[in-house]
Amino acid sequence: MITGFISAIGHRVISWVVYTGDVVVLAGETISSAFAHKIRWRLFMQQIVEIGLQSQLVVMITGAFTGAVFAAQTYFQFSKLGMGSAVGAVVSVSVCRELGPVLTALMVTGRVGASMSAEIGTMKVTEQIDALRALAVHPIDYLVVPRTLAMMVSMPLLVAECVGIGIVAGYFVAIHLLELNGTYYVANMVRWTQMRDIIMALTKAFCFALLIVFISCHKGLTSREGAVGVGRATTEAVVNASLAVLIFNFFLTMGLNIIFPAG
Amino acid sequence: MIEVRGLVKGIGRQEILRGIDLAVAKGETLVIIGRSGGGKSVLLKNLIGLMQPDAGEIWIDGENIIGLTERKLAAIRLKVGILFQGGALFDSMTVEENIAFPLHEGGERDPKKIGEKVREMLEVIELKGEEKKMPVNLSGGMKKRVGLARSIIRRPSCVLYDEPTAGLDPVVSDSINQLIRRLQKRFGVTSIVVTHDMKSAFHVADHIAYLHEGRIYFYGTPQELEISQDPLIQDFLLGRSER
Ligand SMILES: Nc1ncnc2c1ncn2[C@@H]1O[C@H](COP(=O)(O)OP(=O)(O)O)[C@@H](O)[C@H]1O
Ligand SMILES: [Mg+2]
Repeated sequence: MITGFISAIGHRVISWVVYTGDVVVLAGETISSAFAHKIRWRLFMQQIVEIGLQSQLVVMITGAFTGAVFAAQTYFQFSKLGMGSAVGAVVSVSVCRELGPVLTALMVTGRVGASMSAEIGTMKVTEQIDALRALAVHPIDYLVVPRTLAMMVSMPLLVAECVGIGIVAGYFVAIHLLELNGTYYVANMVRWTQMRDIIMALTKAFCFALLIVFISCHKGLTSREGAVGVGRATTEAVVNASLAVLIFNFFLTMGLNIIFPAG
Repeated sequence: MIEVRGLVKGIGRQEILRGIDLAVAKGETLVIIGRSGGGKSVLLKNLIGLMQPDAGEIWIDGENIIGLTERKLAAIRLKVGILFQGGALFDSMTVEENIAFPLHEGGERDPKKIGEKVREMLEVIELKGEEKKMPVNLSGGMKKRVGLARSIIRRPSCVLYDEPTAGLDPVVSDSINQLIRRLQKRFGVTSIVVTHDMKSAFHVADHIAYLHEGRIYFYGTPQELEISQDPLIQDFLLGRSER
């Protein structure tokens, strides 16, 4: 029974390692394809529109309510200590460093990652990927490269948007609803929010973009057995990409904190 | 042009092809017949590297394609077009865009030239006026004809047809048969045609191969097939189920 247990764990570990390896191989092939083969800019633009438009509402709502609720909570705690004027700084630094990138990435995973794996998965099970290959078009060149480039461009912009809206919403809640002093709020915020916080937000955005696009495209390309298979691939893509974002976020925070120590 | 030696292919635990030997000369049309589920589509997919065989050799134009990378196979696939059984149209593109796709990918940028070729193709497949439709709004037979146009628009020197006339009405069927013939006569196209349609088989074939239980059970000219006394073949030709 013990050996059964151990071998079950062993299988899990092995299949996890194989899976990670597959995703890394896809990433490698995509990067080498982007450099070695022609890039389809028209498809890239289509993806930019798709990712950008699809995510607008979601990112705005995420940013606004996160900033708002975070400002309120910080105010409730800090005002007890007489530190109400620090609320602006706390909100802007945490939205930049953590909340903005992570929540945007999770929302983009749910919308864009899911649609990528569903679309590519459907193409796979309806032989459209085989048709591409039969017409001498490499599926990575045609499907994965444009999506990757579009994500690399869009994610930092979406995160910046989310952070910006979060800070504005926080300001609105703190000043207009909780009646903090606006001048102190802004002064402290500007004083404590620095270039490195913005760099951190954008670096995370970029890394999350790659995680989401490779995990989603990989699930799409390997989906099987009809509509059920596509559904399963899509769910797995969303779950795996979300977990990957959360786990990587921790390591990015630790790593980037060495490069850009918190003020 | 195409030579297959000892081709073996299993999927999962199922043995599908158990040692196929075939040769198709340049400019010749080989028709493959056989029971549904017998592995004809799998055989075609192996021939252009969409599936990797477990054993055997596939020679195309003097090159063994086994073990070639996806990028190296691209050169082969420019020479060999395939019509998929279900058409395999890109469902996010219109009929017109589907047909023009190989030209775009081949680097053709002149919209006039592309439009001209697409119109010519639409005429050949008798789908004029349908060019703006999406694949979901086409019948099975129409999809197949669009797929056919897409696979021959780049004028490959060899075309693999997977049941080109299945699900088509007799008139359109006949025009597809004539098209296959015409491509062979006029451009010297080498063809492999998988079909259940014996009328079509006799119309286009130079040779006919009967695939049975993963092997080539019969190979010969249409005349030889017709006079064959083999009970299995007679059953197939007459459409009798096993007694
Ligand atoms: N991608 C696949 N995965 C699993 N089994 C397959 C696959 N493609 C074909 N098969 C199986 O291989 C056998 C031959 O299929 P096919 O080549 O499509 O037959 P046909 O001669 O009718 O074209 C069938 O039993 C089919 O279920
Ligand atoms: Mg078939």
